[in-house]
Amino acid sequence: MRIGDFRASYAHDEALLATPVQRSWMIGFVLLVLVFPWIGGSYLTYLACLTGIHLIAAMGLNIVTGYAGQISLGHAAFMGVGCYTVAALARMEIPFYLALPVGGLISALVGIVVGIPSLRIKGLYLAVATLAAQFILIFVFREWDSVTGGVRGVNVPPAQLGTWIFNTEGEIYYVIMACAFILLLGARNLFRTYIGRSFIAIRDKDISAEVLGIDLFRGKLLAFALGSFYAGVAGGLMGYFYRAITPEHFTLTLSVFYLAAIIVGGLGTVLGAILGAAFMVLVPEALRGVVSLVTVWAPNAMALLSPVREMVFGALIIGFLIFEPHGLVEMWRRVRRFFHLWPFKT
Amino acid sequence: MDWISFIEFSLIGLFSGGLLALVALGFVLVYKGTRAINFAMGEFMMLGAYLVYTGHTWMGLPLWLAVLLGLLGISLIALGVERLVLRPLAGQPVVSVLMVTIGLGALMHGAVDAIWGGRNLEMPQILPRKPLLWGDILIPGPIFWSFWVALAVIAALSLYFRFSRTGIAMRAAASDPITAYALGIDVRRTQQLTWVFAGCVGAVAGTIVASISSLSPALSATALGVLAVVILGGLDSVLGVIIAGLVVGWLESIAVGYFGGKARDLVPYLVVLAILMIRPYGLLGTRDIERL
Amino acid sequence: MSAAPLLSVDDVHLRFGGIRALGGVSLAVAAGQITAVIGPNGAGKTSLFNAISGFYRPQQGRLVFEGRDISQVKPNVRAAMGLARTFQNVALFRGMTVLDNIKLGGHNRMRASVLQAMGYWGKSSREEMALREEIERDVIDFLEIDHIRNQSVASLPYGLQKRVELARALAMRPKVLMLDEPVAGMNREETEDMARFILDLQEERGMTILLIEHDMGMVMDISNHVAVLNFGQLIASGSPQEVRSHPDVIEAYLGAREGRAVNASQGR
Repeated sequence: MRIGDFRASYAHDEALLATPVQRSWMIGFVLLVLVFPWIGGSYLTYLACLTGIHLIAAMGLNIVTGYAGQISLGHAAFMGVGCYTVAALARMEIPFYLALPVGGLISALVGIVVGIPSLRIKGLYLAVATLAAQFILIFVFREWDSVTGGVRGVNVPPAQLGTWIFNTEGEIYYVIMACAFILLLGARNLFRTYIGRSFIAIRDKDISAEVLGIDLFRGKLLAFALGSFYAGVAGGLMGYFYRAITPEHFTLTLSVFYLAAIIVGGLGTVLGAILGAAFMVLVPEALRGVVSLVTVWAPNAMALLSPVREMVFGALIIGFLIFEPHGLVEMWRRVRRFFHLWPFKT
Repeated sequence: MDWISFIEFSLIGLFSGGLLALVALGFVLVYKGTRAINFAMGEFMMLGAYLVYTGHTWMGLPLWLAVLLGLLGISLIALGVERLVLRPLAGQPVVSVLMVTIGLGALMHGAVDAIWGGRNLEMPQILPRKPLLWGDILIPGPIFWSFWVALAVIAALSLYFRFSRTGIAMRAAASDPITAYALGIDVRRTQQLTWVFAGCVGAVAGTIVASISSLSPALSATALGVLAVVILGGLDSVLGVIIAGLVVGWLESIAVGYFGGKARDLVPYLVVLAILMIRPYGLLGTRDIERL
Repeated sequence: MSAAPLLSVDDVHLRFGGIRALGGVSLAVAAGQITAVIGPNGAGKTSLFNAISGFYRPQQGRLVFEGRDISQVKPNVRAAMGLARTFQNVALFRGMTVLDNIKLGGHNRMRASVLQAMGYWGKSSREEMALREEIERDVIDFLEIDHIRNQSVASLPYGLQKRVELARALAMRPKVLMLDEPVAGMNREETEDMARFILDLQEERGMTILLIEHDMGMVMDISNHVAVLNFGQLIASGSPQEVRSHPDVIEAYLGAREGRAVNASQGR
C-alpha cells in the first residue's frame, strides 16, 4: 500500500495515470520524446526511429504471444505485407495517415487467412502454421515481381502530408513516434476492457474461459488479427524509414528476433514491449561497438557481426526463459519494490 | 510431362522421402520423449555435418572415424543441451520449451556461421555417386542410397525400441513418467538418451543431405521443411512419419518436375497449411485429450 | 415439485473408449432449489458436470435447459444461456488480479467494439465502469472479498481462491450455478462461511444451485434434494433424510459387506 495514494472512486481506481507522480513522469517523458531530435543528434534520432518501429511490431507480437499465448513465428512476414502495401499506396500518392492503416488492415486480413486453419488447434501447431506462413509469404515477396519488385525490392516514396514531405530522420521520427504512442495507448486501453481480459483468459486457462462464455476461436483470431495489424503498420513505417526495401528485410531471423525481444522485455506487458524493442536496437549497437574495438586485434572481426548477433539473441532467449521468464519488466519491478520499501526490507 | 519423366520424378521423390522420414523421426523422438517440438533439429543436422567435415577434411581422419567423431560430438552437445537448457525448464508449459529450442537453434546457427564461415563447403563423398540407370530412368546415386541408409537407421531404432530393455524403458518414461519412476526407471536418463538419439539421427541425416547438396549454415533450414512430414504423419507416430516422408518426398519431386526448382521451397509449407486445415493430427497421430 | 425442472439430464450415457463414465443417468434440477450430487470417488460426478457444461458429448441422452435441448450447443454458448460453474481444482486465471478475474464473468454482456475498447471512450468506458460497480455491489460485498480485490490471484490462500472462483461465476448472473466441490480442502470455519454464502444465494436471490460435494454434513444441512451416483449409475434420489438411510447408498459408501451389516443392524 502506497502512502498518500487515496482512491475515492472506481473511475480513479481504474485510471491509467492515477497518481500525481505517475502523471508528472508521463509528461516529462512525452516532452523528452518531443525534443529528442534536437538534443540527440542525427544518429541517436536514427536509433530512436528504429526503436519506435520495433516497438510497434513487438507490441503486436506481444498481443498475440504474450497476452493471448499464441506463438507466432511469422511476424516479420506480416510486417512485409504491410510494408509492400504501404509502398504501393505511397506510389499512388496516398498520404501516410491513410496508407498506414490500410497497410495494417491488409496485414490483418492476411493474418486472419493464416489464422483460420491454424487457430483451431493448440500451441505447437500454430507455431508450425505461422512458420509455414512466414516461408510462403517470403516466397511470394521474392517471386511476385509486379507488386513487390521481386528479389530486387522496391523504393518507397517518403511519407507525405499535403505538401509536407517527411524526408529526414528528424521528420519521420515524429510520424513514427505518433504512431507508436497511439498504438501503445490503444493496446494498454484494450487490456483494461473485456476484450483484452479475454485474451489473457484464453492464455491462462482456456477451459475456464469457455465456461465463462468466451468463444476461444474468435478470441484467438482477433488477437492474431490485431497483432498482424500492428506488424503491418510497423512494416509500413519501416518502408517510409528505409525508403528501399527487399524481401530479405522480413525473414524468419527477424521473426525470431521479435520473439526474443518480447521474451527479454516481458511477455504480456506494454512496458515489456518497450524494453524489448530498446533491447533489440541497443544490443546490436553495443555488439557493433565491441566488434569494432576487437578489429584492432583481429581485422576480420566485422564479418562475425551477423553470426555473433544471432548467437547473442539465441543466448538471450535461452537465458531469460530459464532465469527470468517474466523478463526485464520483472527485474524493473523488483528494483521499484526495493525502493518503495527502502529502508525496510519487506 | 511424359510418362517416363513422371515415373522418374516419382521414384526420385520416393527415395528422397526416406531421408525426410529420418529427420522427421528425430522430431518424433523428441516429441514422444518430452512433448516438445525441437525447433533446433535443423541445427543438430547442420552441426553434425560440420563435425564430420571437420574430422575428415581438416583433421584428415578416415571417413568412418570422422562420422564416429561427429556422432560423439553431437551426443555430447545433446547431453549438454538436455542438462543445461531443458532440465531447468522441466515444469514449464510446452510453449516455453518450444521457444527455448528456437533460441537454441539461433545460438547454434550463429556459432557455426562464426566458426566455419557462411560459404559453401564440399562435403566428403559418403554415398556412391554413380547414378542408377533403369531403362530411360535416371536415379542419382546418393539419393538412392540415402533411402536405404535412412531405412536401416529407422529399422534399427524401431527394433531397439521394441525389444531392448533401455528402449522399452524409454517408451515407458515417454508415455507416463510418473509410473515409470515408480517402477524404478530412471526417467532423467531416458530423457537424456532421447536427446542423444535425436541428435545422432539428425547428424546422420545432416551428413547425408550435405553430401548430396553442399555444406553451409543454410542446411538448418531444410529441417523446417520436414515439419510438413511430421505434421502429416502425426507428431507421435513413427509409422506415420515414414508414410508421410514418402508422400511429401513424392509431392516435392513432382512439384519440381512441373514447376521448377523453386517449388521445392514452397511445397512443404503449403502441405503443412493444407493438413492443418483438413486433418490437424495427421494420418496416424493421437488426438490430445485434456483431463479436466 | 409440480413446476418443470430448470435443468434436466435425460438418460445420459457417456463412454470413454471402454470406460463407462455415465450409464443412463437422469436428474431433474428444480428452480430455486439446492440439489446435491454425491457418491464415492470415480462415480461420475465431475463427468456429469462436464457433460452439462458441454466439454463431453454424451453418446446417448439429452440435456434440457429451460425447455431447450442444449445437447449440441457449444460450451461457451451454454454459459451465455446462464449455466455457470466452478471447478474441482481451482481454475482461476493466474496472470490476473482478483478483480479482473471476476470481471471476466461479465464478458458476455459487454458490447464495445475493438476500436472503442482501444480508445477506452464512449460505450467502452461506460460499460466497464458499470460492470465494476455491479461487481462491487453484488459480488464483492456479498462474498466479503473487498480487501483482496487488487491482489494477484496466484498469491491467495486456497480458501480465498475458491471464493474468488465463486465470485467469478456469480458475475455471470447465472440461472444455474454448478459448484464442483466448493468446500474441498477447507477447514470448519471456511466451510461454514461457504455454506452460508450458498444458502444466502438461494434464499436472497432465488438462485438454482447444483453442487458436488463430499462433506456430508454440509450436504445434508443445506440441500433440498440429493442424488447419489455410483459407478456411473444413479442409485438413489430424494430428500437428504431419505437418501441418508437408503440401503444402496450405505452399501456404496461403506462397501458391500459393511453396508449390509449396518443395514441389517438397523432393520433394513
